[in-house]
Amino acid sequence: MYKILFRQDLAPKIHQFKVEAPAIARKAQPGQFVVIRVDEKGERIPLSIADWHREEGSITIVFNEVGRTTRKLAALGAGDYITNFIGPLGLPAHIDKFGTVACVVAGYSVATIVPIARALKEAENRIISIIRAPSKETLFGEEQLGGLSDQLIIVTGDGSYERQGFILEPLKELLERKQIDHVITIGPACVMRLTAATTRFFGVKTIASLNPIMLDGTGMCGVCRVIVNGVTKFACVDGPEFDAHEVDWDSLMARRCTYSSDREPLLRYQCHNCAQW
Amino acid sequence: MPKLDLNRVPMPRQDPKVRARNFNEVALGYSAEQALAEASRCIQCPKRPCAEGCPVGVDIPDFIKALRDGNMPEAVKILKSKNSLPGVCGRVCPQETQCEETCTIAKRGAPIAIGRLERYVADWEQANKQSLNSPVDLPKPTGKRVAVVGSGPAGLTAAADLAKLGYSVTIFEALHVAGGVLVYGIPEFRLPKDIVRTEVDYVTSLGVELRLDSVIGKIDTLDELLGGGYDAVFLGTGAGLPMFLNIPGENLNGVYSANEFLTRVNLMKAYLFPEYDTPLRLGKRVAVIGGGNVAMDSARCALRLGAQEVYIVYRRSQAEMPARREEVENAEEEGIIFKFLTNPTGFLGDGRRCVRTMECIQMELGEPDESGRRRPIAKPGSEFSMDIDVAIVALGTTPNPLIAATTPGLETTRRGTVVADEMTGKTVKPKVWAGGDIVTGAATVISAMGAGKRAAASMDEYLRTLS
Repeated sequence: MYKILFRQDLAPKIHQFKVEAPAIARKAQPGQFVVIRVDEKGERIPLSIADWHREEGSITIVFNEVGRTTRKLAALGAGDYITNFIGPLGLPAHIDKFGTVACVVAGYSVATIVPIARALKEAENRIISIIRAPSKETLFGEEQLGGLSDQLIIVTGDGSYERQGFILEPLKELLERKQIDHVITIGPACVMRLTAATTRFFGVKTIASLNPIMLDGTGMCGVCRVIVNGVTKFACVDGPEFDAHEVDWDSLMARRCTYSSDREPLLRYQCHNCAQW
Repeated sequence: MPKLDLNRVPMPRQDPKVRARNFNEVALGYSAEQALAEASRCIQCPKRPCAEGCPVGVDIPDFIKALRDGNMPEAVKILKSKNSLPGVCGRVCPQETQCEETCTIAKRGAPIAIGRLERYVADWEQANKQSLNSPVDLPKPTGKRVAVVGSGPAGLTAAADLAKLGYSVTIFEALHVAGGVLVYGIPEFRLPKDIVRTEVDYVTSLGVELRLDSVIGKIDTLDELLGGGYDAVFLGTGAGLPMFLNIPGENLNGVYSANEFLTRVNLMKAYLFPEYDTPLRLGKRVAVIGGGNVAMDSARCALRLGAQEVYIVYRRSQAEMPARREEVENAEEEGIIFKFLTNPTGFLGDGRRCVRTMECIQMELGEPDESGRRRPIAKPGSEFSMDIDVAIVALGTTPNPLIAATTPGLETTRRGTVVADEMTGKTVKPKVWAGGDIVTGAATVISAMGAGKRAAASMDEYLRTLS
C-alpha cells in the first residue's frame, strides 16, 4: 500500500498526487513511469513520473480523469492509499547537449516533460516549450515549464488565452527559422504523430514518449508492442522514448484503442471520446 | 495378501460439458476412501525408484505409508520436509515422466497415482490446519541474509529451504502477487489461486520476508543488494519474455501473446470483468498457436470465456506436442479443435486493424532436428486461411533481459538464459546463484523447484564458510 501524501487539482479532471514510494524515489530518472493498481480489483495502468523527491521518498504523478481507473484514482485524496505502485519502469530519457530543444506538449503531458526539460536545461540546452491546451481553464504547468524554458509558447484551442490554434503552427514557424536542433514531444498519440509529420519535413530529430496500453510494464506480456523502423519493440522496456519519424503511428493508435468501442481514428485523429483528449 | 490391483483409482473430474463453461477446478481430488485405496496399491518396494525420480527428492513411499496407516500429520510432515509446495506439485507436476514413470508397478500396470496422493495430503493439511499442532522448528538464526529475486517455484523453494536453515531471507517480486507463473500463467481451473496463496503463506510463515512490487534491476541492482547487506543472491526470475511468430500482421488488435492473455485472465481476473477492471477482447473464433501446456491453458481459458470455436494450431503432429497428455485429453474432451501440421504465415485485418483472417500453410514432417523431433517442412501449394476473431501466440518464452542487462559479470547464453552450474546453481558471478527457467529456458514447475533446492544447499555450504 502506497500512501498519498498530497493532492492538488491542476485543472478540471487533471490531478496531481504525491505518493510515498521511497524505493522508487531513490532511483527515478526523467522519462520513466510507474505502473499502478488502484485497488484489489483494479487493472494495472502506466503513469508517467512527473517528479520525485529522493529525501522525502515521494513520487509525483499527474493524471487525466478519463477511464475507469483514473476515475477511481481521482476519488482518492491525501491520506488514502494506492494498492500497488511499481517502478521506476522504462528507460530514462536520452539527455545530451543538443543545442536548442523544442518541448512540444499537449494535455496533461506538461507534467511529464518537466523533469526531462530540467535535465536538458542542466545539460546546457536552450529550451523552447510549446504547450497546447483546449482552453485557459484546462491549462496548467505554465509557471513550472516556463521557469525551465528560455521561451514559452502557449496555444489554446478556443483562443481563451495567449495564441489561438493548434500546436503545429508555432512549431512550424520555429522550424522555418531554423531555430530548432532537437524536438521532444509528449502528449496524445495524434499530437505526437502530427508533430513528427511536421518536423520530418525539416529533418529535425524528434523523440516521442509513447503511451501504448501496458499490463505488467516489465516486458512480460507484449501488449505495448510498437513498430519502430519496421521492427517490433516493447515500449515498456525498449522505450517509452522512440524516434518519432520511425514509429508506425497507425499501429500504435489502433492498438491503443483495442478496448475502445470506436476503434477507427477519425479525421485529424480527434476521435470522439478518445481517452487522450 | 490380496491380489495387486493393476488399475489406479480414477480421479473424479467435473463433467467436460459443464467445466468448459466455468473456471472451477477440473480435477476434484480423491476422497479419503479413494486415497486409502490408491495408497494401498503401493507395494513399498525396497528400491524406492519413485523417490529417485523426484527432482526435489520427496520420500514418496514413506508419505504413502503414513497415509495408509492413517497418520495424516506424519504424511504432511514427510512431504513438506522436502517439498514446500505440495498442493501445487500434486496438481501440475508431470508425474508421468518422473516419479510415476519409475514406479515398480508401472512395469505390470498403472503406476501408483503419486501426484493425486500428494495432492490429497496437501489438501488434507489445508482442511485440517487448526487441528494440526506441528509448528515448524526453525534453527537459531545464522545472522546471514539472502535475497531471492522472483517468487515463482524456484524462488519460493530456495527461500523456504534457506529459511529452514536459519537464514534471513527476503523475496523480491516484480508483480503485485507472489507465485510467478503459478499465479499469472496457470489457470484457476488447473491450479486454484487459493492453493498458491496457502503455500506462499507457508513460506512466509518460515520467516521469509516478501516484498511485492519490487522490480530488481530498477529499484536495486544485484550488486546493490549484495552491497546493501545481503550475503548471497538467488536469481529465479523465470522466463517471462514472450516469443512471437514474426509474421505479417502480428501486431493487429486481437493478436495476443499467451503471456498477455493468461495474465489478463489469471492474474488480473478478466474472466470476472466488470467486477474486476481488466478487460479482454475475445470473439467467437479463437486460434491458439503452439503445442505446449501454455497453449492448452490458453485454449481452455478462451473456451471458458465463451468462445464458440477454439483451435490449437500446431506445426508438428500430435506425437511431438510438448504438452502433458492429460492436459491434451482434457482439452479434447472439452471440445478444443486440434489442427496439426499447420503453420500460420500471416494475419490479415478487417480494415479496422482488428485481426480477421489467419493465413496458414500445411506442413509435413522431415528428418529429426536438433530437438530430436521431426522437423516440420512446408508443403508447397497447401496454403489456406482461417477466419478468426482472436489469435493467441503460445510459442514459448525466454528470460527477461532486465537483470542480466543491469548485472555486470553475469554470463548469459545466446538464448538469454543465465549460465549456472546444473548441480549447484552457482553462476560465474560471486555470491550469485540462479535456477529455474532463467537457467534452463521455459521448463516445468518441479524442475525449477529442484533447481531452487540444489541452489539453497550450495548457498548454505558457501554461507557457512563466512565468519
